[in-house]
Amino acid sequence: MARKDIDYSKYLRLEYIPHIWCPGCGHGSIMKSIIRAVDELNLDKDKTVLVSGIGCSSRIVGYMDFNTLHTTHGRALAFATGIKLARPELNVIVASGDGDATAIGGNHFIHACRRNIDITLIVFNNFIYGMTGGQYSPTTPVGSYASTSPYGNIDPSFNICRLAEAAGATYVARANVYSIAQADNFIKKGIQNKGFSVIEVITHCPTYYGRKNKLKTPADNLRWQKEVSVSIHRAKKMTPEELEGKIITGEFVNKSEEEYTEKYERLIIEKAQGKI
Amino acid sequence: MMAETKEKKHEIVIIEKNCKGCEICVEFCPTNTLGMHMGKCVVVDLDKCIGCKMCEIRCPDFAIFVDNPYAENFKKNK
Ligand SMILES: Cc1ncc(C[n+]2csc(CCOP(=O)(O)OP(=O)(O)O)c2C)c(N)n1
Ligand code: SF4
Ligand code: SF4
Ligand code: SF4
Repeated sequence: MARKDIDYSKYLRLEYIPHIWCPGCGHGSIMKSIIRAVDELNLDKDKTVLVSGIGCSSRIVGYMDFNTLHTTHGRALAFATGIKLARPELNVIVASGDGDATAIGGNHFIHACRRNIDITLIVFNNFIYGMTGGQYSPTTPVGSYASTSPYGNIDPSFNICRLAEAAGATYVARANVYSIAQADNFIKKGIQNKGFSVIEVITHCPTYYGRKNKLKTPADNLRWQKEVSVSIHRAKKMTPEELEGKIITGEFVNKSEEEYTEKYERLIIEKAQGKI
Repeated sequence: MMAETKEKKHEIVIIEKNCKGCEICVEFCPTNTLGMHMGKCVVVDLDKCIGCKMCEIRCPDFAIFVDNPYAENFKKNK
Protein backbone atom coordinates (compact mmCIF):
# COMPACT_ATOMS: atom_id res chain seq x y z
CA MET A 1 0.00 0.00 0.00
CA ALA A 2 1.64 3.23 -1.07
CA ARG A 3 1.05 6.02 1.37
CA LYS A 4 2.13 9.57 0.91
CA ASP A 5 5.07 10.72 3.01
CA ILE A 6 3.91 13.06 5.65
CA ASP A 7 5.77 15.63 7.70
CA TYR A 8 4.08 15.20 11.07
CA SER A 9 6.48 17.71 12.61
CA LYS A 10 4.89 20.51 10.61
CA TYR A 11 1.80 20.32 12.81
CA LEU A 12 3.52 19.89 16.17
CA ARG A 13 5.10 22.02 18.84
CA LEU A 14 8.19 19.86 18.74
CA GLU A 15 9.58 21.19 21.99
CA TYR A 16 6.77 19.32 23.80
CA ILE A 17 7.43 15.98 22.08
CA PRO A 18 7.71 13.26 23.40
CA HIS A 19 4.25 13.85 24.82
CA ILE A 20 3.15 12.99 28.33
CA TRP A 21 0.76 10.14 27.41
CA CYS A 22 1.64 6.73 28.88
CA PRO A 23 3.50 4.13 26.80
CA GLY A 24 1.09 2.70 24.22
CA CYS A 25 -1.78 5.09 25.03
CA GLY A 26 -4.03 5.30 21.97
CA HIS A 27 -4.39 9.07 22.21
CA GLY A 28 -1.06 9.55 20.39
CA SER A 29 -2.27 7.44 17.46
CA ILE A 30 -5.42 9.58 17.18
CA MET A 31 -3.35 12.76 17.22
CA LYS A 32 -1.40 11.37 14.27
CA SER A 33 -4.62 10.52 12.49
CA ILE A 34 -5.84 14.10 12.91
CA ILE A 35 -2.53 15.34 11.47
CA ARG A 36 -2.89 13.09 8.41
CA ALA A 37 -6.48 14.27 7.84
CA VAL A 38 -5.61 17.95 8.19
CA ASP A 39 -2.57 17.51 5.94
CA GLU A 40 -4.60 15.85 3.21
CA LEU A 41 -7.14 18.65 3.33
CA ASN A 42 -4.34 21.19 3.22
CA LEU A 43 -5.95 23.18 6.01
CA ASP A 44 -4.27 26.49 6.77
CA LYS A 45 -2.82 26.12 10.28
CA ASP A 46 -3.52 29.76 11.04
CA LYS A 47 -7.17 29.38 10.10
CA THR A 48 -7.66 26.25 12.18
CA VAL A 49 -8.55 26.22 15.85
CA LEU A 50 -8.26 23.16 18.07
CA VAL A 51 -10.23 23.33 21.30
CA SER A 52 -10.27 20.86 24.17
CA GLY A 53 -11.59 20.48 27.70
CA ILE A 54 -9.83 18.55 30.46
CA GLY A 55 -8.57 14.97 30.46
CA CYS A 56 -5.59 13.06 29.10
CA SER A 57 -7.08 13.35 25.60
CA SER A 58 -7.59 17.08 26.05
CA ARG A 59 -3.85 17.56 26.45
CA ILE A 60 -3.61 17.29 22.66
CA VAL A 61 -3.94 21.06 22.35
CA GLY A 62 -0.55 21.50 23.99
CA TYR A 63 1.14 19.48 21.27
CA MET A 64 -0.52 20.62 18.08
CA ASP A 65 0.60 23.79 16.36
CA PHE A 66 -2.77 25.30 15.47
CA ASN A 67 -4.54 28.10 17.26
CA THR A 68 -5.34 26.16 20.40
CA LEU A 69 -7.55 26.62 23.42
CA HIS A 70 -7.41 24.41 26.50
CA THR A 71 -10.66 25.10 28.34
CA THR A 72 -12.55 23.65 31.30
CA HIS A 73 -13.81 20.10 31.79
CA GLY A 74 -16.77 19.35 29.53
CA ARG A 75 -17.06 22.86 28.14
CA ALA A 76 -14.88 22.72 25.03
CA LEU A 77 -17.93 22.76 22.74
CA ALA A 78 -19.28 25.90 24.40
CA PHE A 79 -15.99 27.73 23.78
CA ALA A 80 -15.82 26.32 20.26
CA THR A 81 -19.36 27.51 19.54
CA GLY A 82 -18.35 31.02 20.59
CA ILE A 83 -15.29 30.94 18.32
CA LYS A 84 -17.28 29.67 15.34
CA LEU A 85 -20.03 32.27 15.77
CA ALA A 86 -17.53 35.11 16.09
CA ARG A 87 -15.31 33.89 13.23
CA PRO A 88 -17.32 31.56 10.96
CA GLU A 89 -14.46 31.42 8.42
CA LEU A 90 -12.26 29.41 10.82
CA ASN A 91 -12.04 25.61 10.87
CA VAL A 92 -12.97 24.61 14.38
CA ILE A 93 -12.04 21.17 15.70
CA VAL A 94 -12.74 19.91 19.21
CA ALA A 95 -10.95 17.02 20.92
CA SER A 96 -12.67 15.41 23.87
CA GLY A 97 -12.58 12.32 26.06
CA ASP A 98 -15.62 10.12 26.64
CA GLY A 99 -15.97 11.64 30.11
CA ASP A 100 -15.40 15.17 28.90
CA ALA A 101 -17.88 14.84 26.02
CA THR A 102 -20.66 12.69 27.48
CA ALA A 103 -20.52 12.98 31.29
CA ILE A 104 -19.84 16.54 32.45
CA GLY A 105 -20.13 17.83 28.87
CA GLY A 106 -23.15 15.75 27.86
CA ASN A 107 -25.46 18.72 27.59
CA HIS A 108 -23.08 20.76 25.48
CA PHE A 109 -22.71 17.70 23.27
CA ILE A 110 -26.40 17.17 22.50
CA HIS A 111 -27.06 20.87 21.99
CA ALA A 112 -24.14 21.30 19.60
CA CYS A 113 -25.57 18.35 17.63
CA ARG A 114 -29.03 19.92 17.66
CA ARG A 115 -27.78 23.23 16.24
CA ASN A 116 -25.72 21.72 13.45
CA ILE A 117 -22.95 24.25 13.92
CA ASP A 118 -19.92 23.69 11.68
CA ILE A 119 -17.59 22.14 14.25
CA THR A 120 -15.85 18.76 14.10
CA LEU A 121 -15.84 16.89 17.39
CA ILE A 122 -13.43 14.00 17.80
CA VAL A 123 -14.22 11.87 20.84
CA PHE A 124 -11.32 9.80 22.18
CA ASN A 125 -13.38 7.00 23.72
CA ASN A 126 -11.22 4.90 26.06
CA PHE A 127 -14.22 3.86 28.22
CA ILE A 128 -12.78 5.41 31.36
CA TYR A 129 -11.57 8.59 33.06
CA GLY A 130 -7.86 8.25 32.38
CA MET A 131 -6.56 11.44 33.88
CA THR A 132 -8.11 11.08 37.31
CA GLY A 133 -7.28 7.44 37.96
CA GLY A 134 -9.65 5.16 36.08
CA GLN A 135 -13.16 5.96 37.30
CA TYR A 136 -15.98 4.60 35.13
CA SER A 137 -17.46 6.89 32.50
CA PRO A 138 -20.79 6.94 30.64
CA THR A 139 -19.28 4.62 28.02
CA THR A 140 -17.75 2.00 30.33
CA PRO A 141 -19.19 -1.34 29.16
CA VAL A 142 -21.49 -3.21 31.53
CA GLY A 143 -19.45 -5.69 33.54
CA SER A 144 -16.15 -3.84 33.08
CA TYR A 145 -13.97 -2.85 35.99
CA ALA A 146 -12.96 0.65 36.95
CA SER A 147 -11.61 2.13 40.17
CA THR A 148 -15.20 3.11 41.03
CA SER A 149 -16.72 -0.21 39.90
CA PRO A 150 -14.58 -2.80 41.67
CA TYR A 151 -17.42 -5.38 41.35
CA GLY A 152 -18.10 -4.62 37.69
CA ASN A 153 -20.04 -1.72 36.19
CA ILE A 154 -23.84 -2.10 36.17
CA ASP A 155 -24.76 1.19 34.45
CA PRO A 156 -25.86 0.78 30.82
CA SER A 157 -23.47 2.70 28.60
CA PHE A 158 -24.07 5.48 26.12
CA ASN A 159 -23.62 4.75 22.44
CA ILE A 160 -21.99 8.04 21.45
CA CYS A 161 -22.79 7.74 17.74
CA ARG A 162 -26.45 6.91 18.32
CA LEU A 163 -26.69 9.80 20.75
CA ALA A 164 -25.17 12.16 18.17
CA GLU A 165 -27.47 10.89 15.46
CA ALA A 166 -30.60 11.24 17.61
CA ALA A 167 -29.60 14.75 18.66
CA GLY A 168 -29.16 15.89 15.03
CA ALA A 169 -25.47 15.79 14.07
CA THR A 170 -25.12 15.74 10.28
CA TYR A 171 -21.94 13.62 10.07
CA VAL A 172 -21.45 10.73 12.50
CA ALA A 173 -18.85 7.98 12.26
CA ARG A 174 -16.90 5.57 14.44
CA ALA A 175 -13.44 4.12 13.96
CA ASN A 176 -10.85 2.54 16.23
CA VAL A 177 -7.14 2.85 16.86
CA TYR A 178 -6.46 -0.69 15.61
CA SER A 179 -7.66 0.35 12.13
CA ILE A 180 -6.59 3.94 12.57
CA ALA A 181 -6.29 4.73 8.85
CA GLN A 182 -10.10 4.55 8.69
CA ALA A 183 -10.25 7.36 11.25
CA ASP A 184 -8.14 9.57 8.94
CA ASN A 185 -10.87 9.34 6.34
CA PHE A 186 -13.74 9.96 8.77
CA ILE A 187 -11.99 12.96 10.34
CA LYS A 188 -11.37 14.33 6.86
CA LYS A 189 -15.02 13.93 5.90
CA GLY A 190 -16.13 15.36 9.23
CA ILE A 191 -14.08 18.49 8.65
CA GLN A 192 -15.42 18.77 5.11
CA ASN A 193 -19.02 18.48 6.29
CA LYS A 194 -20.58 21.91 6.67
CA GLY A 195 -22.32 21.20 9.94
CA PHE A 196 -21.76 19.42 13.22
CA SER A 197 -19.66 16.28 12.86
CA VAL A 198 -18.94 13.65 15.47
CA ILE A 199 -16.14 11.16 14.96
CA GLU A 200 -15.84 8.69 17.79
CA VAL A 201 -12.51 6.89 17.87
CA ILE A 202 -12.37 3.82 20.10
CA THR A 203 -9.04 4.00 21.87
CA HIS A 204 -7.39 2.46 24.89
CA CYS A 205 -6.06 3.44 28.26
CA PRO A 206 -3.68 0.58 28.99
CA THR A 207 -2.75 2.15 32.34
CA TYR A 208 -6.23 2.06 33.90
CA TYR A 209 -8.85 0.41 31.73
CA GLY A 210 -6.45 -2.19 30.37
CA ARG A 211 -4.91 -3.08 33.68
CA LYS A 212 -8.29 -3.50 35.37
CA ASN A 213 -9.82 -5.51 32.52
CA LYS A 214 -7.23 -8.18 31.77
CA LEU A 215 -5.82 -6.28 28.80
CA LYS A 216 -2.31 -6.03 30.13
CA THR A 217 -0.29 -4.66 27.24
CA PRO A 218 -1.11 -1.96 24.69
CA ALA A 219 -1.12 -4.71 22.04
CA ASP A 220 -3.71 -6.70 24.05
CA ASN A 221 -5.94 -3.62 23.99
CA LEU A 222 -5.59 -3.30 20.22
CA ARG A 223 -6.34 -7.00 19.71
CA TRP A 224 -9.48 -6.55 21.83
CA GLN A 225 -10.57 -3.67 19.59
CA LYS A 226 -10.08 -5.84 16.55
CA GLU A 227 -12.08 -8.69 18.10
CA VAL A 228 -15.12 -6.67 19.16
CA SER A 229 -15.36 -4.44 16.09
CA VAL A 230 -17.85 -5.16 13.32
CA SER A 231 -18.23 -3.00 10.23
CA ILE A 232 -21.60 -1.41 9.65
CA HIS A 233 -22.01 -3.48 6.48
CA ARG A 234 -21.45 -6.76 8.29
CA ALA A 235 -23.58 -5.62 11.24
CA LYS A 236 -26.59 -5.22 8.94
CA LYS A 237 -26.58 -8.97 8.37
CA MET A 238 -26.24 -9.86 12.04
CA THR A 239 -28.94 -10.52 14.66
CA PRO A 240 -29.19 -8.43 17.85
CA GLU A 241 -27.89 -11.46 19.77
CA GLU A 242 -24.86 -11.73 17.51
CA LEU A 243 -24.21 -8.02 17.94
CA GLU A 244 -24.24 -8.23 21.73
CA GLY A 245 -20.95 -6.81 23.03
CA LYS A 246 -19.81 -5.77 19.55
CA ILE A 247 -18.79 -2.25 18.54
CA ILE A 248 -19.99 -1.17 15.13
CA THR A 249 -17.58 0.92 13.06
CA GLY A 250 -18.37 2.96 9.98
CA GLU A 251 -20.36 5.99 8.88
CA PHE A 252 -23.79 6.31 10.46
CA VAL A 253 -24.92 9.74 9.23
CA ASN A 254 -23.79 11.87 6.31
CA LYS A 255 -26.43 14.39 5.36
CA SER A 256 -26.74 18.01 4.42
CA GLU A 257 -28.73 20.53 6.43
CA GLU A 258 -28.47 24.30 6.84
CA GLU A 259 -25.52 25.18 9.03
CA TYR A 260 -26.02 27.25 12.17
CA THR A 261 -23.74 30.26 11.54
CA GLU A 262 -25.25 30.64 8.05
CA LYS A 263 -28.72 30.46 9.46
CA TYR A 264 -27.72 32.95 12.13
CA GLU A 265 -26.39 35.32 9.48
CA ARG A 266 -29.53 34.92 7.36
CA LEU A 267 -32.19 35.09 10.06
CA ILE A 268 -30.68 37.08 12.90
CA ILE A 269 -27.87 39.36 11.76
CA GLU A 270 -29.59 40.57 8.61
CA LYS A 271 -32.79 41.17 10.57
CA ALA A 272 -30.96 43.01 13.32
CA GLN A 273 -29.30 45.22 10.71
CA GLY A 274 -32.67 45.93 9.13
CA LYS A 275 -31.74 44.26 5.81
CA ILE A 276 -34.79 41.99 5.86
CA MET B 1 5.53 -6.11 -3.29
CA MET B 2 8.04 -8.91 -2.74
CA ALA B 3 9.87 -8.10 -5.96
CA GLU B 4 10.11 -4.50 -4.89
CA THR B 5 11.59 -5.55 -1.54
CA LYS B 6 14.38 -7.42 -3.26
CA GLU B 7 15.24 -4.48 -5.45
CA LYS B 8 15.42 -1.88 -2.73
CA LYS B 9 15.64 -2.02 1.03
CA HIS B 10 13.27 0.12 2.98
CA GLU B 11 14.61 2.76 5.28
CA ILE B 12 13.41 2.55 8.89
CA VAL B 13 14.27 5.44 11.18
CA ILE B 14 13.75 4.97 14.92
CA ILE B 15 13.78 8.08 17.08
CA GLU B 16 15.05 6.52 20.26
CA LYS B 17 14.28 9.42 22.57
CA ASN B 18 10.60 9.30 21.52
CA CYS B 19 10.19 5.53 21.85
CA LYS B 20 8.39 4.50 25.03
CA GLY B 21 8.79 0.79 24.39
CA CYS B 22 5.06 0.06 24.10
CA GLU B 23 5.78 -2.76 21.59
CA ILE B 24 2.78 -1.94 19.39
CA CYS B 25 4.99 -1.73 16.29
CA VAL B 26 6.70 -5.02 17.11
CA GLU B 27 3.47 -6.94 17.84
CA PHE B 28 1.70 -5.88 14.66
CA CYS B 29 4.53 -5.83 12.12
CA PRO B 30 3.34 -8.45 9.61
CA THR B 31 6.89 -9.59 8.80
CA ASN B 32 8.69 -9.65 12.19
CA THR B 33 11.10 -6.98 11.04
CA LEU B 34 11.14 -5.30 14.43
CA GLY B 35 12.08 -6.33 17.95
CA MET B 36 12.85 -4.85 21.35
CA HIS B 37 16.20 -4.15 22.94
CA MET B 38 16.67 -2.49 26.34
CA GLY B 39 13.10 -1.21 26.32
CA LYS B 40 13.30 0.39 22.88
CA CYS B 41 12.20 -0.72 19.43
CA VAL B 42 14.97 -1.94 17.13
CA VAL B 43 15.19 -3.27 13.57
CA VAL B 44 15.97 -6.98 13.72
CA ASP B 45 15.93 -7.87 10.05
CA LEU B 46 15.56 -5.05 7.56
CA ASP B 47 15.42 -7.46 4.61
CA LYS B 48 12.01 -8.63 5.78
CA CYS B 49 10.40 -5.18 5.76
CA ILE B 50 7.76 -4.73 3.04
CA GLY B 51 7.36 -0.99 3.65
CA CYS B 52 3.70 -1.23 4.66
CA LYS B 53 4.19 1.64 7.16
CA MET B 54 1.79 0.08 9.65
CA CYS B 55 4.37 0.60 12.41
CA GLU B 56 4.70 4.27 11.53
CA ILE B 57 0.94 4.75 11.39
CA ARG B 58 0.18 2.99 14.67
CA CYS B 59 3.12 4.22 16.78
CA PRO B 60 1.59 6.65 19.29
CA ASP B 61 4.90 8.44 19.80
CA PHE B 62 6.47 9.66 16.53
CA ALA B 63 9.23 7.15 17.20
CA ILE B 64 9.33 5.04 14.02
CA PHE B 65 9.23 6.12 10.37
CA VAL B 66 9.49 4.09 7.19
CA ASP B 67 10.72 5.64 3.94
CA ASN B 68 9.71 9.00 5.36
CA PRO B 69 12.02 11.85 4.33
CA TYR B 70 10.77 14.00 7.21
CA ALA B 71 11.73 11.56 10.00
CA GLU B 72 14.92 13.48 10.70
CA ASN B 73 12.87 16.49 11.87
CA PHE B 74 12.16 14.56 15.05
CA LYS B 75 15.85 14.37 15.85
CA LYS B 76 16.19 18.14 15.92
CA ASN B 77 14.34 18.97 19.12
CA LYS B 78 15.97 18.33 22.49
C1 LIG C 1 -15.27 20.65 36.78
C2 LIG C 1 -14.33 19.50 36.91
N1 LIG C 1 -14.77 18.34 37.42
C3 LIG C 1 -13.94 17.29 37.51
C4 LIG C 1 -12.64 17.40 37.10
C5 LIG C 1 -11.71 16.21 37.24
N2 LIG C 1 -11.46 15.55 35.99
C6 LIG C 1 -10.37 15.86 35.24
S1 LIG C 1 -10.24 14.96 33.84
C7 LIG C 1 -11.64 14.07 34.25
C8 LIG C 1 -12.16 12.96 33.37
C9 LIG C 1 -11.28 12.62 32.24
O1 LIG C 1 -11.81 11.55 31.50
P1 LIG C 1 -12.06 11.65 29.95
O2 LIG C 1 -12.75 12.91 29.60
O3 LIG C 1 -12.73 10.41 29.51
O4 LIG C 1 -10.60 11.77 29.33
P2 LIG C 1 -9.32 10.80 29.40
O5 LIG C 1 -8.48 11.30 30.55
O6 LIG C 1 -9.79 9.40 29.61
O7 LIG C 1 -8.65 10.99 28.10
C10 LIG C 1 -12.19 14.51 35.44
C11 LIG C 1 -13.40 13.96 36.08
C12 LIG C 1 -12.22 18.64 36.57
N3 LIG C 1 -10.97 18.81 36.09
N4 LIG C 1 -13.08 19.67 36.49
S1 SF4 D 1 -3.83 7.38 31.98
FE1 SF4 D 1 -4.73 6.25 30.28
S2 SF4 D 1 -5.64 7.80 28.94
FE2 SF4 D 1 -4.21 8.84 30.33
S3 SF4 D 1 -2.27 8.93 29.20
FE3 SF4 D 1 -2.21 7.10 30.47
S4 SF4 D 1 -2.97 5.46 29.14
FE4 SF4 D 1 -3.56 7.40 28.19
S1 SF4 E 1 5.17 1.74 18.62
FE1 SF4 E 1 6.51 3.52 18.75
S2 SF4 E 1 6.79 3.92 20.95
FE2 SF4 E 1 5.93 1.87 20.74
S3 SF4 E 1 7.75 0.54 20.77
FE3 SF4 E 1 7.27 0.98 18.61
S4 SF4 E 1 8.52 2.76 18.11
FE4 SF4 E 1 8.48 2.61 20.33
S1 SF4 F 1 6.83 -1.01 7.40
FE1 SF4 F 1 5.52 -2.80 7.77
S2 SF4 F 1 6.90 -4.52 7.44
FE2 SF4 F 1 8.22 -2.73 7.68
S3 SF4 F 1 8.72 -2.70 9.86
FE3 SF4 F 1 6.91 -1.42 9.60
S4 SF4 F 1 5.18 -2.79 9.99
FE4 SF4 F 1 6.97 -4.08 9.63
